[in-house]
Amino acid sequence: MRTLSEMNAGELCVVKSINADGELKQRLFSFGLRRGSHLQVKATSIAKSTIEIEIGTTLLALRYEEAQRIGVENV
Amino acid sequence: MKELVIALVGQPNVGKSMLINSIANARLHVGNFSGVTVEKAEVSFVFHEHAIKIIDLPGTYSLNDYTQDEKVTKDFLENEHYDLIMNVVDATNLERNLFLTNQLLELDKKMIVALNMMDEAHKEGICIDHEQLSSILGVPCIKVSAATKRGIGKLINRTIDISHFPHEKAKLIYSDVVEEEIENLSSFLQEKNYKSDFSYREISVRLLKEEPKMYQKMHDEPIWIVMLPRIRDALNHLYLHYDTKDSAEIFAEENAAFAKGAVIETVSHKKSISRSVTEKIDALLIHKFFGIPIFIILMWALFQLTFTLGSIPMDWIDAFFVSLGNYAKTIFGNGELGSMIADGAISGVGAVIMFLPNIVILFLGIALLETTGYMARVAFLLDGFFHRFGLHGKSFIPLVTGFGCSVPAYMSARTLKNNKDRLITLFIIGFMSCGAKLPVYVLFAGAFFGKESAGNVLFLIYISGAFIGLFAAKFLKLFVFKGADEPFVMEMPKYRLPSLKLIWHTVVTKAIMYLRKAGTFILGASLLVWFASNYPKYPSIEAEYAQKIAMAQTNAEKVHLQNEQAKILLEKSYLGVVGKSTDVLFEPIGFDWKMTIAIESGLAAKEVVVSTLGVLYALGSNVDEQNESLLSEISKQIPLASAVSFIIFVMFYLPCMAASIVFAKETGSYKYLGYLVIFTTAISWGLAFIGYRITLLL
Repeated sequence: MRTLSEMNAGELCVVKSINADGELKQRLFSFGLRRGSHLQVKATSIAKSTIEIEIGTTLLALRYEEAQRIGVENV
Repeated sequence: MKELVIALVGQPNVGKSMLINSIANARLHVGNFSGVTVEKAEVSFVFHEHAIKIIDLPGTYSLNDYTQDEKVTKDFLENEHYDLIMNVVDATNLERNLFLTNQLLELDKKMIVALNMMDEAHKEGICIDHEQLSSILGVPCIKVSAATKRGIGKLINRTIDISHFPHEKAKLIYSDVVEEEIENLSSFLQEKNYKSDFSYREISVRLLKEEPKMYQKMHDEPIWIVMLPRIRDALNHLYLHYDTKDSAEIFAEENAAFAKGAVIETVSHKKSISRSVTEKIDALLIHKFFGIPIFIILMWALFQLTFTLGSIPMDWIDAFFVSLGNYAKTIFGNGELGSMIADGAISGVGAVIMFLPNIVILFLGIALLETTGYMARVAFLLDGFFHRFGLHGKSFIPLVTGFGCSVPAYMSARTLKNNKDRLITLFIIGFMSCGAKLPVYVLFAGAFFGKESAGNVLFLIYISGAFIGLFAAKFLKLFVFKGADEPFVMEMPKYRLPSLKLIWHTVVTKAIMYLRKAGTFILGASLLVWFASNYPKYPSIEAEYAQKIAMAQTNAEKVHLQNEQAKILLEKSYLGVVGKSTDVLFEPIGFDWKMTIAIESGLAAKEVVVSTLGVLYALGSNVDEQNESLLSEISKQIPLASAVSFIIFVMFYLPCMAASIVFAKETGSYKYLGYLVIFTTAISWGLAFIGYRITLLL
């Protein structure tokens, strides 16, 4: 399985697993990021230190380290 | 008349503050960046003979303890008194907003939902069946637009209506799997005829949610022994079905499914929009390579604007205070009272009001960055960079605010969730030169580098201060505040045109705050400095010089004698005594006693540094950083190396009294203020020493 951190701008994928603990997980949930959600990678900053994704109508910025915790599959 | 207390709750960037502004015309700080309304803001007003109080709670994505803001909101909703919740949701982003709405419904309070930004939703072709939504949620939903003020009256009317009717419990329906387990547990409690203040359903739900409080309560009941296996079975069933052992995750999924269902049933898109404006703007502003240069250009433009545009009204203000000072002397005479008012009060406060235009332009720029949504993009662009220094992309906001004033900067650091990240940010905010330090820089840059290059020197001062702050942050991260990083998960709000009224309110509030400081702290400090520099009196010296001056042959000699007299009197004044007794500490970095005094008086407020220098170097004349005579006096009397050392010291030493107190409050302990004193003094003295020695060698 690939992680979100491996994705490039423009790729569409579906979330397969979230390897995070309590608070961070709750945070991701409140943004609509959970198992089964579809998302698109919109942009990455230099050296992929941050990644912008779109889930539903929400634009979300994640750091590379957090993106590594999210397992995804291409759709 | 009983006051109706409304708790205003919503996710960040849903236009909560703008809504409060449309309702009550209140002065509130509003931003597009998550969590600008950190403080609990209240507004009281009367509407059709009803007293209403609205409490604006910090924006929160869900009722968690993720950030301090969210904790504030959660604690308030759970523990404080209020009559009803007004939940503001962004109609263009309903599904995510309903996630919070659902959690609010669980609090079991009277509630009304304001579907805000309907004007935008219309433009995007979104239709919401608000009546259907009301019946699904079990609370009234009202369409409003804070920007166009539509539906505001209806919203308040319905709110008042609800407050008159008894509260009806909202019934949250879960998925069949969860409902089945709730039914199992409830029917068991029914069978046992268990006596409780809570409904059987509520007990069952809370047990399934694995709430520690409910477990503690039930643990002491005789029923517990027989009930335990049933709970275990129910939970295991849910774990299996949801493929997770985290009940929080299960209920979050339930919550999300409910929100999704509600949206499917009530929202329809009339037309599909091709590519939104936000995407188009983002393609440029967060471009991998152009993004950062664009940001730097914008910041540079803001600084240039601050100084060039700001200097125009400065001249007018300058002229005004000169004539005011002269006028005061004609009224109060040239004696001690006249001197106190003109040389002490008016010149001191005038020097401060002088750079009000700069402050206003800078705050206007920062408010624009915040309300348009650009700040979040900047955090996205810069996190990679900031993270390397042990900071967070969000640290950017407090740090940039620090260029305006340290006080709001310290307060805005609350958006940082991790305590260590927040402390590091708080410690280096002072290195981002605040607006009050500007007059010192303008004065010294003007005196030593000429008018043409002054702008560049200023830019250099600001940039190098910021960089040294970053290295200090890295040092703190490596040696003092070690530990795990805060996760970086941040919404990028849609770009929105700022409401002019809100920007106006923000800037006016800042300007008033600044002027209030000028009227109190700085007026007091100016008078103190004036007194300390004029007393005690030495009539014998004065008489001696009066005689010498009378006997002087040429005008030049007279002026020379007058200056000599002023200098001797100053050296013998209280101020001179204090400065001379402490200047040994500053001698290695090239300060004379006058500079020492200016620095020390700057502890009260940074604006005082310039007014003190004015009193000390050009006694009797009106004083500000644009003042030609002070400019020339300073370039004559202070060697270049000492001036460089002085600038460096001002860049890094302890923030003003007001800011220091806020710092102590935000860090939660005066212990940290002690550390800040040591930290800033060590860095400022050390760097000033290096700067002084290097300039001497050049």
